Amino acid sequence: MDELKLYTYIAVFGTFALYFGIAWWARAGSTSDFYVAGGGITPFQNGMAIGADWMSAASFISMAGLIAFLGYGGSVFLMGWTGGYVLLAMLLAPYMRKHGKFTVPEFISDRYYSKTARIVAVICLIIASVTYVIGQMKGVGVAFSRFLEVDYDLGLVIGMVVVWVYAVLGGMKGITYTQIAQYVVMIFAYTIPAVFISLQLTGNPIPQLGLGSTLADGSGVYLLDKLDMVVTDLGFKEYTTGNLGGTLNMFAYTMSLMIGTAGLPHVIMRFFTVPSVQAARQSAGYALICIALLYTVAPAVGAMARFNLMNTIEPAAGENLVYDERPQWFKDWEKTGLLKFEDKNGDGKVQYTANAETNEMVKVDRDIMVLANPAIANLPNWVIALVAAGGLAAALSTAAGLLLAISSSVSHDLMKGVFVPDMSEKNELLAGRVTMTIAILFAGYLGMNPPGFAAGTVALAFGLAASSIFPALMMGIFSKKMSGKAAIAGMISGIGVTMLYVFQHKGIMFIPGTSFLGDMGPNWFFGISPNAFGSVGALVNFGVAFAVLKATGPAPAHIQDIVDNMRIPTGAGAAHDH
Amino acid sequence: MENKEAYWQENLRLIFICLAIWFAVSFGLGLLLVEPLNAIRLGGYKLGFWFAQQGSIYSFLGLIFWYGAKMNKLDQKYHSEG
Repeated sequence: MDELKLYTYIAVFGTFALYFGIAWWARAGSTSDFYVAGGGITPFQNGMAIGADWMSAASFISMAGLIAFLGYGGSVFLMGWTGGYVLLAMLLAPYMRKHGKFTVPEFISDRYYSKTARIVAVICLIIASVTYVIGQMKGVGVAFSRFLEVDYDLGLVIGMVVVWVYAVLGGMKGITYTQIAQYVVMIFAYTIPAVFISLQLTGNPIPQLGLGSTLADGSGVYLLDKLDMVVTDLGFKEYTTGNLGGTLNMFAYTMSLMIGTAGLPHVIMRFFTVPSVQAARQSAGYALICIALLYTVAPAVGAMARFNLMNTIEPAAGENLVYDERPQWFKDWEKTGLLKFEDKNGDGKVQYTANAETNEMVKVDRDIMVLANPAIANLPNWVIALVAAGGLAAALSTAAGLLLAISSSVSHDLMKGVFVPDMSEKNELLAGRVTMTIAILFAGYLGMNPPGFAAGTVALAFGLAASSIFPALMMGIFSKKMSGKAAIAGMISGIGVTMLYVFQHKGIMFIPGTSFLGDMGPNWFFGISPNAFGSVGALVNFGVAFAVLKATGPAPAHIQDIVDNMRIPTGAGAAHDH
Repeated sequence: MENKEAYWQENLRLIFICLAIWFAVSFGLGLLLVEPLNAIRLGGYKLGFWFAQQGSIYSFLGLIFWYGAKMNKLDQKYHSEG
């Protein structure tokens, strides 16, 4: 066994053993443990757990790669996936914590005094969360298959078993403490290579500053200026200004990710685990610190990875890499099919340009940038092993949070809340565990048979949450008069419009060939891409809700009293059942 | 009763200020005004690019903690008796 493989096994199985140990120590004994970790998590702990819950395989593996190739256009992810926390801290989390229930649909059911509202919320939640979880399962499979060199399906099964053990055993309590450990693993795995690379390229160990520094080669040229020059010489868009589908599209995309973040139930749920309203506000701040640590490093990782890649292929203008002398990482990634070279002009050298006819790097998968980065920069093997453990931590922690959100909406909202209201606590706990198991099997099945659109799924999940759940919650807190009928109409039309738009451009249920308008720019509504459409869906949701409110009259007085009570921070007991 | 209303109004005012800044640093400086701002440099960063990829995130952090601190004071002012 070679050194890299040995280190990888140690890192991956060492962290797994840690997660199992934590799960055993923090196993759940009551429904309160299972849904809200007993309500005794401190804001700082909760901040780390939210960080891990939130930062998925998409953040860890894909985002820097996207930024590397989109440049400035990649800013939509950076702003979109952090700005939502401002909305959470000010518009939702404190009031929902004050109200003190276990799940998001339960809040909606109380506020909108309606079982129908609860069921609609459960459906919206499941659609958004399942869309999201497929991406995570795929991330788990890919990370395993690449680093442990096992089959993709086997890798996925190992991941399912690991999540099952600690999520089913510990519920929210087990998940919270494992997420804290996973956050620590993930953040080290992300920042250590970045520090090394920043030091190599610019002499500055802090990546956020290194990105704005001059190169360490003595030329005195700023890294970003050099990168701009290199990519434009080859015909690519300038790195620091290259746009993503126009300003309006970037605007809508960023907004959609922001309000989607604030509307994702698995994140909101985490705010129910702290003891007070003040702690809920504070958690949002700590969460964003934990997230910002990774998110402010990501642009440096992206730019430096792109720089290193370009530099390897063409060290100086006109002196291209000779294919037979390509470095080991190049060969390794060629084996996976994610990197492909085709010697079109037969000169034995690698030409990488923006022109499809002369470009010989026919495939450079964006997802490999973070994973290949340490090898491209010649970092030691233990760093590469650490990145493997970090990628898995990112995917597993998010998958666990999503699975809990899905299973609690079934066991607590549908079964206990609507269909079997007299279920005992013990049975509800059992039901929670059974639905979680089913959810894991279902997610695993989808991970093995991804519906052919897995790449774009995570961004779509945000659009769906943005257009359905966020507006309903916000109106419930800020408009005392908002009625059940109006909110239901809003949710259905918001998510309906968004799904319709996505389907008409991406195919019905994403089946290729069924898209009746075609997935092409000219047919987009004002040039807004399907991934960015959640913000339009949210506007529709607000609009329809207020129109229906006008036509059908306000919520009854006792509901308005509930809202009044939500707005006062004192007297928030532990999250409870009824 | 009056107290409750005053507390909520002050809260709304704070939220409004925070969200105005939230919008300005991200959608404003990072997106709509990015081109003119890019003429200004911050070391190797073009300023608009910096706001989009770094500055907006730092601002969000500042906003959440500032809002939290302000609200804690407000909570004490209106609800210190519990």
